[in-house]
Amino acid sequence: MFPIQIEKQPKFVQYRYRLILYASIILWLLPLIAIMLVSLRSLSDLNAGNYWGIPTEINFIDNYSEVFIRSPMARYFLNSLIITIPTTIVTLLISSMSGFTLAIHKFKLNMFIFAMFIAGNFIPFQILLVPVRNITIQFGMYDTWYGLIIFHIAFQSGFCTFFLRNFIKELPFELVEAARADGASEFYIYSKIVLPLMRPALAALGVLIFTFIWNDYFWALVLVQSDSVRPVTVGLQALRGQWVASWNLIAAGSIVCALPPVIMFFILQKQFIRGLTFGAVKG
Amino acid sequence: MIKYLKKNQIKIAPFFFLAPSIILFVLYVIYPIIDSIWVSFHSWNGMDRGLLGLSGELKNWKWVGLDNYKELIFDDYTFPINLLNNLKWLVLSLLVIPIGLGLAIFLNQNIREMKFIKPLFFFPFVINLVVVSLIFTWFYMPKYGILDLIFRFFGLEPIAFLAEETLATYAIIFAFFWPAIAYTMIIYLTGLTNVNTEVVEAGRIDGASGISMFWNVILPQLRPATFIATVVTVVGALRSFDMVAIMTKGGPWGSTSVLAYKMYEEALFSYRMGYGSAIATILFLIMDIYIVWFLYRLFQNEKSEK
Repeated sequence: MFPIQIEKQPKFVQYRYRLILYASIILWLLPLIAIMLVSLRSLSDLNAGNYWGIPTEINFIDNYSEVFIRSPMARYFLNSLIITIPTTIVTLLISSMSGFTLAIHKFKLNMFIFAMFIAGNFIPFQILLVPVRNITIQFGMYDTWYGLIIFHIAFQSGFCTFFLRNFIKELPFELVEAARADGASEFYIYSKIVLPLMRPALAALGVLIFTFIWNDYFWALVLVQSDSVRPVTVGLQALRGQWVASWNLIAAGSIVCALPPVIMFFILQKQFIRGLTFGAVKG
Repeated sequence: MIKYLKKNQIKIAPFFFLAPSIILFVLYVIYPIIDSIWVSFHSWNGMDRGLLGLSGELKNWKWVGLDNYKELIFDDYTFPINLLNNLKWLVLSLLVIPIGLGLAIFLNQNIREMKFIKPLFFFPFVINLVVVSLIFTWFYMPKYGILDLIFRFFGLEPIAFLAEETLATYAIIFAFFWPAIAYTMIIYLTGLTNVNTEVVEAGRIDGASGISMFWNVILPQLRPATFIATVVTVVGALRSFDMVAIMTKGGPWGSTSVLAYKMYEEALFSYRMGYGSAIATILFLIMDIYIVWFLYRLFQNEKSEK
């Protein structure tokens, strides 16, 4: 344990530690607390310059219903779900296959392909921008959900393959050998032996990929343009132009946009952190 | 045939398992990289490459050799500004690592309420950059922003950070710190829970404490965490597109633009695909240094494990 355990210190030190801890958490979350408070205010308060004083009225219902009913935010929100959920599922499926084979089978290009998938994670998006946009237009998928979904699947499969390959590499190889000796097919080994063991890794990755896709801004900006397909990130930025100085609405919209990954994070915290810190302990 | 497949299935299986992801990856990642580099040697407005003009020449697509690169490096006065901003992002973002480590050490205690407090520290990382950017845009906003309020509280003259050419980039980078510190902190907290307690206790017996303990015992054990934190932070900093696009759109007067943003503007607003691709290629070459370093480290580890 490092540093020295605080419980073994005198009471005074413990109280001081707690005091600093609580103060720092408030400071750390101040931007968020502030935006939450503003999302409850009325426009007349804001116009009068009353951002921080006591609000004359609490406009929680007004603001959020304005965001959900009188703006396309609900549509954007739905679009984000339509894009994010299939992407996550298909990415996990195809990466579990490629991760499996890269971990289990020996063949000439194995290392090369593995290196290619890893390298793909670090490239700047801009080098893909022009060709990916053209491919999407040529396939007739510009401004559709599919265009975004397929691109995200392709790009994220690099990271997921990397992650899953290393995970499977850690599993005891004897399992595979024993199954082979019993005459099991490779597909059987994948689907009935390795896949069930991969469950914790898939959960960790799933949460992470969901968050990455939900939070994507760049590709949504480049591959999609109409309200009926736009996800929340780009949608929120567009609404900001309409709402100009109605910071109460911008704040409410921001909270709606940020919420799903936050909820997911709190529910599946353990998986999330496991996915994120993968490689930070070993390797 | 089926018999042959069954017999050789271990040899054939990789093709089957790899096919979906390889096809997509080659189509959407590998091919685009090559095509972008190819486009960077041309002048192209993004329209049909094969379209012929009146004189029988290709109308939209013309080979220009290294002209795009020459123009970028020698004639474009915004290029050094962009490159310098990228450098600022890169260097300053490294500060995130010691700050994240410090915070992780501060939080690495087992008191009861820590279970609830740690996640609260994490979650700026989960919030998307659009929202982070909006929050900070408003944080910096003159007259009503929190910062303005704080400045006036201390009797200082408020500054409109995002409107000041000399300060705007730093203001955006500071906003990036928020999620980035959260990330490095998560990485280090996990690293700290895996620090070998026996070594720490042995160090204590040898009289190591405080700073010497940190340098000689703790930090070496955190090396993998430091490596990952550095790689991810640097890649994130070079991708700084989202925050620049939302907070300032590269302004005021192009002072906050970075290569990634300039590329986007040239390609999608000025329809200069070739020129934009040249910028992207340069960005790609810079990033390659990291890719090579990362792969080298990874395969070194792989070898040593065998």
